[in-house]
Parts: sequence; C-alpha cells; structure tokens
Amino acid sequence: MTRSEERLAAAYVFVALVALFGGVTTGLFQALEYAGVEVYPKLDPVIRSHYHSLTYHGVLNVLVWTTFFICGLLPFLAARSFGQPLASIRLAWGTFWLMVAGLVVTAIPLAANAATVMFTFYPPLKAHWAFYLGLTAVVVGTWLVTLNLALTWRVWRAQNREARTPLAAFMSLVTFAMWSIASAGLAAEMLFLVIPWSLGLTAGADPLLARTLFWFSGHPIVYFWLLPAYISWETLVPRQAGGRLFSDPLARTSFILFLVLSTPLGFHHQYTDPGIHQGWKLVHAFLTFAVFFPSLLTFFTVVASLESGARARGGKGWITWFGKLPWGDPSLAAQVLAMILFAGGGIGGLINASFNMNLIVHNTAYIVGHLHLTVGTAVTLTFMGITYWLVPYLAGRPLWSRGLALAQVWLWFGGMVIFSPTLHELGLRGMPRRTAIGHAAYLQSDWKALLPLVGVGGVILFISAMLYFVNLVLTATVGRGPAPAMLAFAEATSGPEYAPAFLDRWRPWIALAVALIVVAYAPTVLRLATMTSFAVPGMRVW
Amino acid sequence: MERGVERRSTTIYLWELAWILPSIAIPVGMLVALGVTAFGAGIHLTGDQGRVDPQHVAAHPLFKEPGVVEIAPGQYEVRLTAQIWSFAPNEIRVPAGSTVHFWATSKDVIHGLLVPKHNINVMVLPGQIAHAQAHFDTPGEYPIICHEYCGIAHHTMAGKIIVEERKR
Repeated sequence: MTRSEERLAAAYVFVALVALFGGVTTGLFQALEYAGVEVYPKLDPVIRSHYHSLTYHGVLNVLVWTTFFICGLLPFLAARSFGQPLASIRLAWGTFWLMVAGLVVTAIPLAANAATVMFTFYPPLKAHWAFYLGLTAVVVGTWLVTLNLALTWRVWRAQNREARTPLAAFMSLVTFAMWSIASAGLAAEMLFLVIPWSLGLTAGADPLLARTLFWFSGHPIVYFWLLPAYISWETLVPRQAGGRLFSDPLARTSFILFLVLSTPLGFHHQYTDPGIHQGWKLVHAFLTFAVFFPSLLTFFTVVASLESGARARGGKGWITWFGKLPWGDPSLAAQVLAMILFAGGGIGGLINASFNMNLIVHNTAYIVGHLHLTVGTAVTLTFMGITYWLVPYLAGRPLWSRGLALAQVWLWFGGMVIFSPTLHELGLRGMPRRTAIGHAAYLQSDWKALLPLVGVGGVILFISAMLYFVNLVLTATVGRGPAPAMLAFAEATSGPEYAPAFLDRWRPWIALAVALIVVAYAPTVLRLATMTSFAVPGMRVW
Repeated sequence: MERGVERRSTTIYLWELAWILPSIAIPVGMLVALGVTAFGAGIHLTGDQGRVDPQHVAAHPLFKEPGVVEIAPGQYEVRLTAQIWSFAPNEIRVPAGSTVHFWATSKDVIHGLLVPKHNINVMVLPGQIAHAQAHFDTPGEYPIICHEYCGIAHHTMAGKIIVEERKR
C-alpha cells in the first residue's frame, strides 16, 4: 500500500462526503415539504422547486455518494488484500479526475435548474446535454476502475498461480465486473439515444426503449451499492465483532451468483409499463426471486460470523448473544444496525418484485420507504460505519469523539425507524412518490395524519448526518492522539482452502452472466430498437 | 478442542447445507405462491397493447374522443389521454358494481395512472397504449392520480372516479 493509494482513497471519499452533505440537506427540504412546512420560497434561487431539490437529492445520494465512495474503497481494500499496489496508480488518478470532471459537467446544468429530470432522467423530459455527458464520463470512470483492478489481479496471479484470490480482492473484482456488464444498458441509452437527442442530432428518444435500457442498469446498480457493504460485513466486520468469517467459500459462492444473476431482472421495475409482454415480465420475476438465494446465503454468513464474535466475547443463548457484540464501537454498531434495517428492505424488495403485489406499491411512497432502507441505510449507514475507521486511518488521527459517533449511528437508526415505515404505509394508502405532496391537489385525509411523521423522521436523520459531518471534520482537523492502525481482514472458520477452484475462474461465470442477459433482454430490446420510432420531442416542463 | 481439518470441514459443510436448502426452498415457495395468486386471482399486468403516434393521438380510433363508453352491461371503457398536467376525461362516472377498463396514452411526457386501493397502477408513456382494469363496488369518490414526475405542476395532475349508487 503506497501513500499515493491512500491519498487516492481519501480523495474519492472526500468527494463522496461532499455529495452526501448536499444529498441529506435536500432530503431535509423534502421531508419538511411532506410535513406541510413551506421551505422552497426561502431557498430560491438556489433551489427553485421541490423537484429541483429532489433531483439534487437523488443524483447526489444514489449516483455520486455511492459511486465515489465505492470507487475509493474497493481498490483500497483490494490492494491491501492482494498485498500489492494497484497495477497503475497513474491510471487510477486519471480515472479519479475524469470522474470529477464528469461530476462538474453534470453539476452545472443541475444547479442551473436545467436538468430537473430526477436521477432517472426519463425522456421526453429533456435536460441540458451536459447533464448526460457528465454522467456518462462518471460511468466510463467506473469501467477504468474495473480495468485497473483486473490488471492488478493479473499481476498477482502471475506470482500466485495456485492460491485462491484473496477474499476482499475477489469480492471487489466481482462487484466491478458485475457493474461493468450491467452498465452497458445505461451506456447504450446515453450514447445511442439521449446524448444525440439532447444535442439536437435526432428528433426523439423512444421513451420505452430508454426506460428499458435505464432499468437494465438500474436494478444491478443496487447491487453495485450493496456488494461493497457485504464486503465490509464479511471481510472486516467479523473481526471487528471479535470473531471469524463463518465461511469463505459460501461468501465466494454468493458473490459469483450475484455476478451471474444481478442483471437479467430489470423488468421488475417495469411491470406496469405498456409495450413489454407479460411473459417476459414473469421471466424477470423468476430471476429476481433467484437472486434472493445468494442474498439469503449472505445473510446467513454474516449473522453466523457476528455470532462467532459475540460467543467469543461470552455471549450465551439463542438470541441474547446479540447483546454481547462490541456495541461501544461505532463502526460496528453502525453496520449491525444497517443489517437489521436491511432485513426489512429485503422483505419489502420481495414484495416489490412480486408481479401482483407490485400493482399496489409501484411508484408510491412505499418505494421511497424501501429505498431508504436499502441504499439509505444498508448502504449509507454501513459506509458511515466504514468511515469511522477509514477516515481516522487516512487522516492519521484518532476519531474525534466515539460517543458522538455512537449517538449519530443510533439517531440514524431511530430516525429511519420513524421515517421508512411511515412512507411504506403512506404508499399503501395510495400516496405517489416524487410529488410535492404538501401542495398536491388530491391530498387524502388518511395521509394527513401520517405526514408529520415523515417530517420528524427526516429531521432526525438530518441531525444525525450533521453530527456525522462535524465528527469527521474535527477528526481530520483537530483530532489528537496516535494514528490508528489499519483494520485487519477477518480470518475464516472455513477458509479459502475449502473453496473449489472453479469459483476462482472468470470466463465461465462472465459468459453465463452474458448468456442469461441475452435470453432475458434480447427479444424485447431488439423488438423495441427495430420498430420505426415516433418523433417524441423533448420537453422542459419544470 | 483441536479437531482435524477433515472433521471440521464436514461439520461446517452440514451447517452450510442446513442453510443452503432453506435458502432455495424459501424463494421457490414464494414463486409458487406468486404464480397461484397472479394467475388464480386473474390479476393482469399491462402488456403489449399496440402503439400510437404521440403527435397524432386523436387519429387513433381509441383516442378520437376521450371519455367513458359502456361496452356491455356493467362493463365500461375509459379512453383516456394524459397530457401536462391533466387527464381527459378528468371525471368518470360509473354505477356501483361496474368493471372499468382503462385505455390510456400520453400526448407529451411520461405520466402515470394510479387509483389507490383498486389495483389501477400503470405507466402512461407517449407512443404506447396502456391497459388496466378494476372493479368498483362501493359508491364513493376515488382520486385518479398521476404518479410519475411530469414537470413543475405534477402534483396538480389528478382526476376522479365517481361511483354512483345503482338505481333499481
């Protein structure tokens, strides 16, 4: 691990944290709007509307915070796990600056209210071309991270012919390989439809084809966010808990299955779209339930690993061992609380993916409640937990306040326990998502009673986030004490020596992933792409 | 305390298996439940119902005159267009006990069609004809909500279904 690599990780994490700051701040505005507080008139002209704020919230949180954090963390962990530096630190820095440039180019139209199209940017809503171009540069950056990781693996493999790829490096490679395959849809949407159209080179972008390509990448992007959390839960948290990873082969198996199964299931976001045959929607429903299998394997491995730690610390009983985890460690507490709420996110996800129940929840506030348990907690609270060791390590100073960090973590958990179930319930009562509900023409009486709770939950989450930033800023600037040591990877009870060699081969698994994608998507995408398209003019209606 | 590697791996293998099998059985069981409820309960998702040129929606026979048509006793068809920021028609009256079929398309951006608590939840895309159907038994007034962000006044885009007492 070179100093330059540490600075690279720090640079990525810094950008990610700036994005998160903007993301949670705009989140507060939305929560207050739901609760009936007039906020936007006071924010003009910085924030022009609820929808401007909401586009910021989505882009900054789910596109920038996640992507930059992951592109910083995973190469950092992979290099440590390989025990050798990245293949090309120059390529890595070039990638970082490309992504930052893309981000700036995206941010300009976004700030100017010229891209108030949400992070899903469905045509015919038409943003300024720079918005799409900048985001495309960020995606290209993620491919270059994949390239660098793959090159690093080749160097390592040349020197270690027989050994299994070290677990954290293996998982990082799988995460980026999966995303690089899955992002093809987004890239195709950008390059063939949206960018030429936004530049005025084509008359229209077919809205259904654009949605289909978006969701080709739009579901696997959830795994691109989640798998890094799993990497922490399986390779670091067991040791933080004082135990061992339960099973290295099981962790590998689940990741290989995520590589194969993450992409061919995007139609479960399009169950209610006209123009896609019901039969193909059902095929994607089946594949969505198939990916539940590696999720359950992960769940088991993670809980068993935690249990080994708690028992080593004197935990007893079937359930009560849970209390013996080292709850005083904010990094561990954050991640275990993230896991607990993620159980609700997983169950909710199965409901969304159910062909028939989706009719009740699609595009309602229920989905917002769900997303805040998955990316908003399982991912975000886990990443916060990671920064509680990573930022002190990178800054060379101890965490400023452990007590404040613990308070922050529990506040996030508590705020989310109010916020998310309320939104789930509002969705079941028919409240749409992505809507200025405080000003809605059709506000229903059975929503009104619950809306203040959205505001309360949102305020608690915002306070938690501010405590988080204060702690990190003070850690990096005024923290005093010896520089903390780097966290070590957990050992496994059932180690890599039990992992079969076929888990360490790339080509068959990637080929299988691509084959499944072709089966699940080719008929529909080809049909949509070859139809004579109507001229659907772009519109700026915000 | 110290056990052989062979023995240890076998024990763990059984534990792993003890979780792998339920991990397969649970999703498979859920899929069966899903299939039974989806097909047994006759719930239909929108499929491929054909296309319509969004610039010439009125040229399509379904959307020449947006409105409500009784196609059979107790069966109504709503031919609906969505446009920023309204539905046409925006008020639909049917007698209690009716089955209502919605045929919808958009003239501009993507909209949505949501009738809470009645399984009407469908995307309304320019270029595509969407279909949804539901049964209305209880007299009352129900909102029709656009649930896809469609611009600055998205939250004002709504209509209503008035289900009237059946006259005997």
